[in-house]
Amino acid sequence: MNGEPVLESAGQGAGHGGRLALSAGGLWTAERAGELERLIERVIARHPGVDGVDIDMARVERLDTFGAWLLERLMRGLSAAGGEPRITGLADRHRALVLRAREVNRAVPASPRRVMLAASLEVVGRTVVQVGHDIAAVVAMLGALAVAVGRAVVHPRSFRLTSLVHQVDRVGWRAVPIILLITFLIGAILAQQGLFHFRQFGADIYVVDMVGILVLREVGVLMVAVMVAGRSGSSYTAELGSMKMREEIDALRTMGFDPIDVLVLPRVLALVIALPCLAFLGSMAALYGGGLMCWAYGGMSPDVYITRMRDAISLGDFAIGLIKAPFMGLIIGVIAGVQGLSVAGSAESLGRKTTDSVVKSIFLVILVDGVLAMFFAAVGM
Amino acid sequence: MDTNADDDAVIRVRDLVVDFGGAPVLDRLCLDVRRGEILGFVGASGAGKSLLMRTIIGLVPKRAGMIEVDGVDLGAASASARRRVERRWGILFQQGALFSSLTARQNVQFPIREYLRVSKRLLDEIALAKLEMVGLSPDVCDKYPAQLSGGMTKRVALARALALDPDIVFLDEPTSGLDPIGAGEFDDLIRTLQQTLGLTVFMVTHDLDSLHTVCDRIAVLAEGRVITAGPIGTMLASEHPWVQSYFHGKRSRVDGARAA
Repeated sequence: MNGEPVLESAGQGAGHGGRLALSAGGLWTAERAGELERLIERVIARHPGVDGVDIDMARVERLDTFGAWLLERLMRGLSAAGGEPRITGLADRHRALVLRAREVNRAVPASPRRVMLAASLEVVGRTVVQVGHDIAAVVAMLGALAVAVGRAVVHPRSFRLTSLVHQVDRVGWRAVPIILLITFLIGAILAQQGLFHFRQFGADIYVVDMVGILVLREVGVLMVAVMVAGRSGSSYTAELGSMKMREEIDALRTMGFDPIDVLVLPRVLALVIALPCLAFLGSMAALYGGGLMCWAYGGMSPDVYITRMRDAISLGDFAIGLIKAPFMGLIIGVIAGVQGLSVAGSAESLGRKTTDSVVKSIFLVILVDGVLAMFFAAVGM
Repeated sequence: MDTNADDDAVIRVRDLVVDFGGAPVLDRLCLDVRRGEILGFVGASGAGKSLLMRTIIGLVPKRAGMIEVDGVDLGAASASARRRVERRWGILFQQGALFSSLTARQNVQFPIREYLRVSKRLLDEIALAKLEMVGLSPDVCDKYPAQLSGGMTKRVALARALALDPDIVFLDEPTSGLDPIGAGEFDDLIRTLQQTLGLTVFMVTHDLDSLHTVCDRIAVLAEGRVITAGPIGTMLASEHPWVQSYFHGKRSRVDGARAA
């Protein structure tokens, strides 16, 4: 019978006092659980309200937890129908398991039922509260950083210079090649698009104005900030988050160190220092890319490009870009720190916080860029 | 040292050599685990106990030797034959290794869902039954691993190891990190489950109480091989200095009780 589980009627013998006799056999094991379950449900459905049932288990070859539980489910199903079931012929090696199965699944915990509308309203409410918490956490982090800076000024020896240098190397120096490459390409693309469209009304030369102002005031610093958020903000969050998960942060605290001093401050400062440098290099690379494109695609000689650039841009344009950069570094660092320190126990939470860190810092970088643009317009820069 | 030429061995390890960082940690190691026994596996920290376990279950590659589980030579077996053997064992990792993004119930359901075709209802019932069998209350089942205590984590991990009703369970220091009462309960649990389910248990442990109370046989790993194997009596009578100091040390039951 190749192990197929069996549960068949062995006839309604008069000798059994009108009780129904079922005979079970085969493998009552995990592999056969699917078949066995269907078999049992059929038997329960076919015998509603029999007086008594005897289940002969003698021919069962193997029985494991799955089989024992399904037998128990059969018994409960038949009892519920008033069947007073009895098990006979159970092998000794199976007895303990069948007895154990009798005790389980008695109190099934009610899974909370949810109303769709209420659930979606709940999500909205929770999100609003979460935004509030996020703002509070960022403000708290800024405050903690200010205190940490204050401490470092009062006790300069407690400041972690080595760590700062290491972090500047990581987020600044090592980011230079990729930043140069991407901003170079962005500058070239801007120039190419400008040339293509401006040429239609003979305004080729204004491409230089556009590239110069756009790159120095906005695109250079924004591109660099977005890339640093993706490259370094995410790694800071993941680092701090996994340290939080492994209780390293708690260990620091118990030794009397403030994790803000030891971990967050050097990282934030490194970003504040590195971002203006990268923004400067990025802007130069973009201008170079734009010039190369004007020469190769627009037929504009480098002399013309440089002279025109000198007239088109002012020191103000250059300054605006660089003034914004440290703020963007601060935003990326603070968000990365807040998200990293709020990681809970699970790997999933680490992933979610890392995503949050990148998304939120890019959003805030763009928002702050807009606010600063309005500010600079108001002060006439 | 070939006292374990057992016919009834479920796990048969012969002349196993495993390298770790260039040097052989296990050197021509032989070991038999008999069907239906609880084998306690002891050895100094870093002697390679966990390494042997990880080699048997295929997480660490071996350099030479043979590992046979249930008559299947794992080194020579096809992928599908290996998978069939893997279906027959459950592993309890030292830290539990629960999937942190799944609830306790989902952790237990995971292997069942992957390997067996069963209805949603049976899946829920079996998972709950397993969790109850390892002594957890039903309200634990919707908690995430981060919300569980150390003892509960071990129990959920044991329930997951037992999810597919394996024949063999590997336990890596099941009682480490538990208080003596919790550890005692866990020992009883392993003994009860072993008797009810007819399991073969391979247990790496440092817990002298576990060795005394639940293990049928003990194997001692030193110098890269099994230096002695047998019931606790054999261990206590052993002449080997390491075995002597392990079982007769300050913390051992025998002499500790005498000194008190």
